[in-house]
Order: sequence, then structure tokens, then C-alpha cells
Amino acid sequence: MKMAPKIKVEERKDSKTKMSGAMMLIEALKRENVEVIFGYPGGAVLPIYDKLYDSGIFHVLTRHEQGGIHAAEGYARISGKPGVVIATSGPGATNIVTGLADAMIDSIPLVVFTGQVASSVIGSDAFQEADVVGITMPITKHNYQVRDVNDLPKIIKEAFHIATTGRPGPVLIDIPKDMSTEEAEFDYDQDIHLPGYQPTIHPNHLQTRKLVEAVSRAKKPVILAGAGILHAKASEYLKIYAEQQQIPVVNTLLGLGSFPADHPLFLGMAGMHGTYTANMALYHCDLLISIGARFDDRVTGNLAHFAPNAIVAHIDIDPSEIGKNVPTQIPVVGDAKEALIQLIEQNGKPGKTEEWRKQLNQWKNEYPLVYQNDVSMLKPQRLIELIFEATNGDAIVTTDVGQHQMWAAQYYKFQKPHRWVTSGGLGTMGFGLPAAIGAQLAEPKATVVSILGDAGFQMTLQELSVIQELNLPIKVFIVNNHSLGMVRQWQELFYKERYSYSLLPHQPNYVKLAEAYSIKGFTASTEQEAKEVLQKAFEHNGPVLVDFHVSPHENVYPMVAPGKGIHEMVGVTL
Amino acid sequence: MKRIITLTVNNRAGVLNRITGLFTKRHYNIESITVGHAETEGISRMTFVVNVENERIAEQITKQLHKQIDVLKVNDITDQAIVARELALIKVYASPQTRNEIYSLIEPFRASIIDVSKESLVVQVTGESEKIEALIDLLKPYGIKEIARTGTTAFTRGSQKSSNSNSKSYSII
Repeated sequence: MKMAPKIKVEERKDSKTKMSGAMMLIEALKRENVEVIFGYPGGAVLPIYDKLYDSGIFHVLTRHEQGGIHAAEGYARISGKPGVVIATSGPGATNIVTGLADAMIDSIPLVVFTGQVASSVIGSDAFQEADVVGITMPITKHNYQVRDVNDLPKIIKEAFHIATTGRPGPVLIDIPKDMSTEEAEFDYDQDIHLPGYQPTIHPNHLQTRKLVEAVSRAKKPVILAGAGILHAKASEYLKIYAEQQQIPVVNTLLGLGSFPADHPLFLGMAGMHGTYTANMALYHCDLLISIGARFDDRVTGNLAHFAPNAIVAHIDIDPSEIGKNVPTQIPVVGDAKEALIQLIEQNGKPGKTEEWRKQLNQWKNEYPLVYQNDVSMLKPQRLIELIFEATNGDAIVTTDVGQHQMWAAQYYKFQKPHRWVTSGGLGTMGFGLPAAIGAQLAEPKATVVSILGDAGFQMTLQELSVIQELNLPIKVFIVNNHSLGMVRQWQELFYKERYSYSLLPHQPNYVKLAEAYSIKGFTASTEQEAKEVLQKAFEHNGPVLVDFHVSPHENVYPMVAPGKGIHEMVGVTL
Repeated sequence: MKRIITLTVNNRAGVLNRITGLFTKRHYNIESITVGHAETEGISRMTFVVNVENERIAEQITKQLHKQIDVLKVNDITDQAIVARELALIKVYASPQTRNEIYSLIEPFRASIIDVSKESLVVQVTGESEKIEALIDLLKPYGIKEIARTGTTAFTRGSQKSSNSNSKSYSII
């Protein structure tokens, strides 16, 4: 191996200062401009918390480690910066496993520090010992265990680099307690050298050229825009490109907001509960351009019927996504923004798409999202529309998973990027409330609305305590249908209405619960009440919780039943 | 279909775990793994033989392996001109009467006897997996006590034939 002379490093040696591993962590966080960390102390991280005490770094004590990591995810989604989490060894670390899996599958950048028992007792089944590196290996982009305190600065620097570049994701650093107390020189100016990690940012010109030619030939093109657009901060380029080439745009669930919902070329969300037009566009298209989306089964339905007549072009920063689920004729590996810039600059001749757009517009007019309204009660779809109106469509919306999530995705028409925080791939109940805390801290002035189900809310409701403590003006809206709505819907449709453990008739008094945390609580059961309560909620400059009693038997439609093709939708019309 | 995939990886704690975990997670079946130091310090070389349904999955495996940060290089060398070798130790029952027979039997395989006891022999054989299978078949009638196989390790040849034919390149030695 050739050894390049590293004069720079040699010279600096004198100026480096010796400090403990815990102090290095604090210094590294400052060097990375970390504004906030979410965490929970415990035995193995006591040395770190001692240094944190007067470090000046803003630390949010969530009431459960799971809340901490979901808050960090919400922060990362809105700020575009990595969320930082600290948890202690053993149970502290295992409590963040759900959040790691969630961040991994939704490509959210996190840097997570876990304490570990001291090196001398690792492997002895010590108190609060767990093999966290082993447990988290498949649900992190990368993970480390510190075995020599001299390596710590390099590891932290690499972790931030890996978490935030290429396809983002969570990186975990497991720090044995003695690594926090031992001292070494802190050198944070060293170069990152990762020969096994070289993400492709700039797409190959020949590949984008092929795509340009395919667009010119296409008569029925459609763009499927996913969260990759948001990660790459490429929304405006997507708009320029779609307008330049007159290509209609469909969003994935996580891609919502990457294209303005009121744009004439926008067809809505695709997939299991997508719009009729979006799914028909994917089914009938002759050219499918997927940008930063990974062909999740909830988007594609039965793969045999997915875009059966289309040439598939796939732009993704992660080459392993290309060809994974859908055979791809035009692979483009690279950053979504860089790819779109190349496509815009090549300024190819648009295809003849008038007929296609006419057809799509006809479908849009004939088959919009519909529900049967009833003013005597409160329909959940109507509730989302009311929230949309009350916030001028400008709020940050966080959700859990299930019916309320799908209604929020369908009826909250996102105009701007980075307003939508939801657990997509993993489908994590209990995500929305803590995620709202992180989102609000990322944008203190924004209106943050956390739309939750009554079941999911009860999984992480202890975080109301954080909302109270920091007086975050989050509006917590429970879409209360007294059930695990989506489970109930599937049992109704596919399990002969046998509602096995999906109904929740016994519920706490949410208003009193809110009041217990000194949070304003309201309830509403009709459309009129909902309107009044929403007005009060948004007038109040502080946290509010509203228990919206919605009609309990409402199902999410339209729907592609599991195993069906996306063209086989049910519930398209009333 | 069988694929032979070679990797160069950072020789760090847990790397093998990372890679086998990836195979488990995605339901890829491993036939054999060999691991050892490579020519550079701190770098290990792994050879995997995997059984996959189709080309698409084979491609996925190499892509997923490539995503691992400690994986420096991934090569699916199945369709290239390669030398692939496996070593097997076979403990076979052998009475004084059958010993000579076994000696002459293994000779064309360039196998050798590396241990002799009153009632058994240990045969060492190196070569491609098929050759080892053939020898095992021949020794079976004598009664096999134990077999230890290393699994395949492989290299691409120094010069690759330009033709992209599927014909397998056999080695003389």
C-alpha cells in the first residue's frame, strides 16, 4: 500500500487537546452544529450526561426512548439535518429499535449514541447489557462499537457523514462506559476515508440521455415522485421538469409535498389508497419515470399488473433499489436533484402527450376522492378538510399509521415540501406525537398539527409531558373512531366482520388527560362542533388536544385490495 | 442457479455477521463461505457460493453487499474464467486389506493420505467441488466416518477469454 505523506496531520499533533470520550462526543456535536438532541439518561451514559450538563447543548428529555427517536425523526424530516439521539445501554437501547427500523426503511438521517457496559465486562451478561450492535445491524445504515477511545472522533465524524449522504439513514454508535471516561487526543479535522462507501451523486449522462429520448417518444408518460425528491431538496426542479416536458406527476405517500397538490399536472397519491387517476396513470402509462421512490408493495399492488405496458426509468441514489421489484429499462443512479438538473438542461423535445393529459383530466373530473358527508356527525374525511382549511394548507402534519394517516394523505393537499411527517415503510403506531415534537423544534414558528388515531396516540402519549414542559404549540388531533381503524376495516372486508381485538370501546377521558398535563383539551362530535373547536384550537397560542369523535364505521376508499392490480380499485364512486 | 461471489472487506469485528445477516434477512441461501486475510493488511477476502432462483436475485445480492460500508469490492465471478478450489478432509474406514485399494483409488484425484490409524484413513483432496463430490462417491462404499469441507474459494484467472460463452473453463491442475 502506498503511504502518502500526511504532513498536515503531523503538524497539527501539538495543537490537539486531550479529553475524555464523553467530552469528545460533546465537542463533536458542537462541530456538527447539532441544535438539539433527544435522549434519556442511564447508568452507562452517566459520564456523557455529566458533560452534557453544562455543555450548552439543548437536550430534550423525552419520557421514553422510543419517543426520543421518533422526535429525532420528525426533526430530521423537517430540518433536513440529522436527528441526534442518546440512550443508555440494555433497555434504553432496545427501546429505540422501532425508531431505528422506521428511520432505516424511510431513509431518515439519524446519529444515535447508545451507552454500553464497560469493555471489561462486555460478554459477561452484565447489568443492562445487550448486544446492541448485533441487534441493530440490519436496521441501521451502519453501526459501530467504540473499542479504542482514540477512534471516537473519527467514528463520530464518519457517522454524521454516512447518515446524511447518499441514501440517508440511521447510524448507531455504541459506547462502552469506559470509552466515555478514558482520555485521548481530540482530532476532528481528519479526512474521512471510506473506500467502501462512495455514493454516486452525478448520474451518467448517457443514461439521462436515454431517458430524454424515451420522453420524446412517449405518448403516455408519468412521473412517480417519492421521498427521494424531498431528501435531495429537488421539489422546484421536479416542477420545472414536469412543466418543461408536460409530464403528469403522481406521488408516493412519503413523497407528498414534493409537487404542489393544486398543480394541473398533479394526479394525487398512488397506491393502495391512492386516487383513481394516479393508479390508472401508472397502469396505462407507456413510460414510467420513478424518481426517488422504491416501488413499495403498497404503491405497486400486484406486480404482474403494475405498469404492464411501460418502459420503466428509475432514478435513485441507491442502485440496489433499481430493478429490485420492477424490471427497469433505463436505470439512472444518482441524486434526484442532479438528475433533474441534467434532464432540464438537456431540454429534450417533449412527447405528444395532449391526448393522454386529456384522458387523465377526464378521469380526475369523473373520479375525484369522494365520501358521503353527514353533518349530524363528523366524518373523518371532512375533519381533515376542515383542518386543511383552518391551516390554509400550510401546517406541518404528523401522523401515525392507519386510517387517519390515509385520510390525512388524501385530503390534506400539501402545496409545499417538508410539511408531511409520517411513518411510511414501517407503519409505526405511536410515531406521530413524538415526531410532532421534533418537527416543532425544527421549525418553532410553524403550525404543527399531529393527526393521530385513538389507538396509536395511546402508545406514546407520555410525550404530552414534553409538550407541556417545553410549551410547544402543537395541536394534537385524535381522530377517534374507538377502534384500530385499519385493522377493523380489513376484518370487515376480508375476515367476515370478525372484529378480533380491534375495537376500543373503553377509552380514557382525553380532555381530562390533556388537562392533567396542563394542556387545553376539547372534544367535538359534529361538523359544527369541529369547526368551532378548530377555531379555538388555532387561536390558542399553546398546546391543544382535541378528541374528535368521528363516525366509527367509516372505511378508507378507494382501495386496491391486497393481491390485486392497481387498476382493480374498489370504492372509487359512492 | 449457483453463483460464486467474491468480496474484499475491511477486517473488522462483526463484518462476517453483517454479511451473513444480510443473506438471512433477504432469504438468500448460502452454500458455502470461505474467509481469510487478503494480500493487504486489514483486508479480508470472502468467497460465497449462493443458490439463487434467477439473475435478478443474483444482481440484488451483489448490490446489497455493495451497500455495506465495510465491503470494499463485490464481484460475481460465476461467468468469468476462474479458478475455484475447495479442500476436503475425508475420514474413511480402511482395514489393512482395503488400504491399498484406497491408495490407488485416490491417486488420479491427486489426493493424499494425511493420517492413518488401525481402522481408518484421512484423505485430503483439493479441487473443484465436482471433483470432491466424485471422490466422496467413490469412497462411500468403504464407509465414510467424517467429512470436513472448506467450501469453495475462488479467483478470476489472470487472463480472461474475450468470448462470453457459457462454457465452463476447466483447469488442468
